[in-house]
Amino acid sequence: MFETGWGLSLIVFLPLVGGLVALAIPKDNEALLKRWSLLVALVTFLLSLWAVASFDFGAAHTFQFEADLPWIPAIGAGYHIGVDGISLPLLVLSTLVVLLAIVYSWEHWEEPRNPKAFLILILILATGMNGTFVALDLVLFFIFFEVVLLPMYFMIGIWGDKKVMRIPGFAREIETRLYAAIKFFLFTLFGSAFMLLGFLALYFASGDVLGERTFDIPTLIAAGLETAPGGLTATAAWLIFGAMFLGFAVKVPMWPLHTWLPDAHTAAPTVGSVLLAAILLKLGSYGFIRIALPILPEQAQVWAPAIAVLAVIGIIYGSLACLAQTDMKRLIAFSSVGHMGFVMLGIATLTDIGLNASIIGMVAHGLITGLLFFLAGSMSHRYHTREMARLGGNLKLMPVIGGILAFTAMASLGLPGLAGFWGEFMALLGAYNPLPGLDLGLFRTAMVLGAIGTVLTAGYMLYMLQKVNLGEPSEEWSGHTFHDADRYELAAWVPLIVLIVVIGFWPKLVFGATTDAVVSLVDTAWGGASETAAAIVTTLGG
Amino acid sequence: MILPQFLILAAALFSLGVYGLLVRRNAVMVLLAVELMLAAVNINLVAFEAALRTSQAVGQVFAIFVITVAAAEVGIGLAIVLMIFRNRQSANVDEFDLMKW
Amino acid sequence: MWYLTAEEEAHAAEALSSGGFFAEWAGVMLVLPFVAFLLIVFFGKRMRRHGAEFAIGALAVNLVWSSVLFFQNAVEGIHREVSWVVGEIGVFGGDRLVFELGWVVDGLSIMMFWLVSFVGLLVFVYAVGYMHGDVRVTAFFAAFSLFAGAMLVLVGAPNLVQLIIGWEGVGLASYLLIGHYWEDLDNVRAANKAFLVNKVADVGLILGAVVLGFTLGTFRFSELSVAAFDHSPELAGVAVAAGLLLFFGAMGKSAQFPLHIWLPDAMAGPTPVSALMHAATMVTAGVYLMGRAFPLFEYLASDTRGLMVAIGAITLFAAGLLALVQDDIKKVLAYSTVSQLGYMMTAVAAGGYTAGLFHLFTHAFFKALLFLGAGAVIHAVHSNNMSDMGGLRHYMPRTHWTFVVGSLSLAGIFPLAGFWSKDEILATLGYEGYTTVMWIGIAGAFVTAFYMARAVALTFWGSYKGHGHPHEAPAVMTVPLIGLAIPSIFAGFLNVPGVELGPIRNFTAWLGARVVPMGDHHAESVDWALAAVGLAAALTGLVLGWLVFSPDADTQRARDRFRIPVLYPLLEAKYFLDHIAWAIVNATKGPLARLVDWTNSYVIDGVVNAAGFLSAALARFVYGGLDQRGIDLAYNGLSQMADAAGMAARRLQTGRVQQYAAGFVVGALVLVLMIAVFR
Repeated sequence: MFETGWGLSLIVFLPLVGGLVALAIPKDNEALLKRWSLLVALVTFLLSLWAVASFDFGAAHTFQFEADLPWIPAIGAGYHIGVDGISLPLLVLSTLVVLLAIVYSWEHWEEPRNPKAFLILILILATGMNGTFVALDLVLFFIFFEVVLLPMYFMIGIWGDKKVMRIPGFAREIETRLYAAIKFFLFTLFGSAFMLLGFLALYFASGDVLGERTFDIPTLIAAGLETAPGGLTATAAWLIFGAMFLGFAVKVPMWPLHTWLPDAHTAAPTVGSVLLAAILLKLGSYGFIRIALPILPEQAQVWAPAIAVLAVIGIIYGSLACLAQTDMKRLIAFSSVGHMGFVMLGIATLTDIGLNASIIGMVAHGLITGLLFFLAGSMSHRYHTREMARLGGNLKLMPVIGGILAFTAMASLGLPGLAGFWGEFMALLGAYNPLPGLDLGLFRTAMVLGAIGTVLTAGYMLYMLQKVNLGEPSEEWSGHTFHDADRYELAAWVPLIVLIVVIGFWPKLVFGATTDAVVSLVDTAWGGASETAAAIVTTLGG
Repeated sequence: MILPQFLILAAALFSLGVYGLLVRRNAVMVLLAVELMLAAVNINLVAFEAALRTSQAVGQVFAIFVITVAAAEVGIGLAIVLMIFRNRQSANVDEFDLMKW
Repeated sequence: MWYLTAEEEAHAAEALSSGGFFAEWAGVMLVLPFVAFLLIVFFGKRMRRHGAEFAIGALAVNLVWSSVLFFQNAVEGIHREVSWVVGEIGVFGGDRLVFELGWVVDGLSIMMFWLVSFVGLLVFVYAVGYMHGDVRVTAFFAAFSLFAGAMLVLVGAPNLVQLIIGWEGVGLASYLLIGHYWEDLDNVRAANKAFLVNKVADVGLILGAVVLGFTLGTFRFSELSVAAFDHSPELAGVAVAAGLLLFFGAMGKSAQFPLHIWLPDAMAGPTPVSALMHAATMVTAGVYLMGRAFPLFEYLASDTRGLMVAIGAITLFAAGLLALVQDDIKKVLAYSTVSQLGYMMTAVAAGGYTAGLFHLFTHAFFKALLFLGAGAVIHAVHSNNMSDMGGLRHYMPRTHWTFVVGSLSLAGIFPLAGFWSKDEILATLGYEGYTTVMWIGIAGAFVTAFYMARAVALTFWGSYKGHGHPHEAPAVMTVPLIGLAIPSIFAGFLNVPGVELGPIRNFTAWLGARVVPMGDHHAESVDWALAAVGLAAALTGLVLGWLVFSPDADTQRARDRFRIPVLYPLLEAKYFLDHIAWAIVNATKGPLARLVDWTNSYVIDGVVNAAGFLSAALARFVYGGLDQRGIDLAYNGLSQMADAAGMAARRLQTGRVQQYAAGFVVGALVLVLMIAVFR
């Protein structure tokens, strides 16, 4: 099924079709709606597992299960999809998190409820996310990348935080959800506009090199737009990379383009935050690895120091900002800035180690921060507040949720033996020796600062645990009895917990897929430089 | 061949139908008038076929088509009239302006 | 890349056995406590002893297992490494960077396996009595098992990555257990402090691992050792940096000055935790790491020695002084631990691999014994403060005598265990040329004896000053005391210089079973002159302490007499290190974090929001001014015309079927006429 190229399309479009079918289900029949969406998500997830089972890991560096059909031949855009070792783990992560999000939603609806609309939005979102991870055509990628925006915009704008907030520094007051939704939408759109420009420039450049314009990613990679005769000038390439950088960096998000993230995460409904943190942020970093680096490898070298600097600023800055937060969800949101900083540091090294680090970092961050947002949502659902000053003694009031929160916080601060460790450790390992030609001093400074960032990370996570979980419950709660985790919550969380531990002790689960693909990517892009490095090492090693 | 006679008969029948269509107030009668017009057309079709003798009996075929369509039309028309009568206790077409904007 | 070739295997000082079944499957020991952990988490609450059964069972099996290994190693020496690849990635040049988990079974790790299992088992048994009726016995034993597992993962680690996993694992267990009574936020702060100080040091460890791993292309200690032994030029280039980074990591876990500040606070945990983790085993992980990476320091990074010895020496003396002024009995022992860790670190740093680790070995017994004794006392008088104790020898004779044994051993009184191990450290320092440090060590021995005399005098002698009626601890607590007292007395004979105990040889030989020779110096015989000096210092300390805090004297006056100006306030303030640490933390958490948050809200977001408002204002102008009153006017005019036309036309639509039909007929007639006329 996958060999024929149909399987991937099914994974991508099944949620969308399921969502359309769900339109026909009456709004009042919630049970059927929930079961139907669960079935769709479950089948999609099982299909992605089937894809893993049929995936040829011996050839992880090639695109598999490809479908390449003409789509808009007039402009050279094709329906080209496929997965390799880099996208496979992210695809599975995406289908899994969507499934868990629906399981969690079962009994947890935010006002104004309307499960039908909410579930349909989740399913549309799933199509966008899955599609982005398999798209091998720039137009297709762009469309899926943008499809994601709308459902999330509505999720935040409709089910989001209804508190009225004052915009900092201005007299205007506005409902948090509206502010956050608009900010999210505009920020991303701002970035994607540049990204689209970059894509178009690549399209026209490909015509000069290949004689035929194309949006096909593998073709563009093979074309060597920077080096081929008639290819891009350095300035043009620099601008194109910069345009794509803006598009992807907003999504990651990288400092200083990150400010939509805390607002969006804080305002979004629980499931929205989870999907946002677990998958949407990865679209940006995935874009770097899939598109920006391999198509313009030389510009990647030019831009890498800047990316590394911004990444490290993100790590330190995000962690410090966390320490100043009073809102638990906002703290977790800011922690994403720091963690994605490690992912981007890995990417900036342009080495096998760094890229592997960034992919396992993405997967781990998806699992861990997703779980953290689930927990924060469940807790604010019970306490009706996220102010850490009012919480406390949660471990006593809800031992199971408190215990899982402690576990997840430990995972988030990069405790070795849990999934978060590998991304951080390997990003530092990569930064110790970046691609030859990159500024060694700068990257080693980045490594040291990143390592200091891990201390700050530990600092704010412990701070959160102390404020929320430990101590005696404040008087406000001491008389109350709370429901501890219910079975839907546990059903959504346990798979994440298990994966966090399993990847922690057996990172091969991810590396097994990624390593060959990454090696091939790095060799194709910067093979010459790597060979030099190998030669130097061999000489030194004797 | 007495084609003109057939045509005169058909024209007369058709005019009767038009007259009925325009002046009768009862919706059922209006429908019957429509049937008259269709019958007139059928006569024309068969008459021309007889006169021209096409090899494929086109006139008859069309006549049968028209009869079929007429049957369907009457079925639907009567159903509509019946529904209107049930709701309005009247089959007087003057009183209906449901199709007004 | 470095691999152990047959030739390199031959570097080993002697042919080592591979240890057979028990070494091949030593990993069982690493896994069992985790199994116990899971069993306790899921079934502990339903058990009669709240899950302690599982914890004790796992460690009992481990003790038997490690004892077999211990004996095998004593007789023939074992080196066996088993590694399972858990992750590998391709790197340039076709090489692969491999992450492995597994176990190394050699002299060093076997000693630690046995020590953790033995002391751990006794402490676990003791804890059954000590924790009886506690709020969270199950959670306690779960975390304790987690600790045992992580500690075994640490000491059994064949590579740096696994060591880091175990390293932070024990840190986690330490955090959980220090914060065991987390209802009180003071305990939580102590736990946070421990975690964070260790995390600071872990930066060094992790970066050290990064440097070594990248340079060697592997994280394995064996390959590191071989490369160091062969003076690999590649490794030599980074040896000093890597060595210092690793040492910095070790400083945190092993509480070296000035990162020792977490350890005294860690006494907030239940006393068995202090005994096992914050005295006997976990805090020695840093010393263990130095021992594990010893060839790096011995063969390549000897330039780092001066600094490391200096820090060790400062630690051993400064912490010893701090122990003098504490009233909390656990804090006395905590600072004593820091001080003894200073001895170990100094020894290993100076090149005394065996000396440092031998002291680790003996210290584990007598310090665990002292803590458990203190625990029994605290259990009896419900207070940590020595000012609430006194005269307890009448009420708790067994605790008293074992405590005295521990104190004498710690003070280094002949022929108890502490005497032999401390003497070996002094001898090593002398041999390696660190004469000044050797004298600091001797002075430290004097301080040690002094504060232990003080502790014993204030706790067990004089008259009882607390409330209620103290009573002797139950057997489940005193048996472990006796079990630890025995090795506290006799363990020293395992390594008398120049003496071999028949087929089981001696500690030096056991520890020498490593992949390459450690190259440290072993004295042929006891240096009796030095031993006498050390013993004299200790005895002087004992006597002086006893005189100052004489059971007959009024303790309060003794304390006053003891208040030396300048020094005493300095010690009371703990050298102001805590103040500095808090200042750093508060600056980070306070102004710095707030600045960043402010920047975020007002500068970066300000730009974003201002852009938004500017666009909105521009939009209002374009909309209100240009669009509504300009362009739109034209469009509105057009649309109104269309509207009017529509209004006129709609009159035609009457809804009368017959009117439509009439129109139809008329139209048809017109058509017919037109055809007739114009054709």
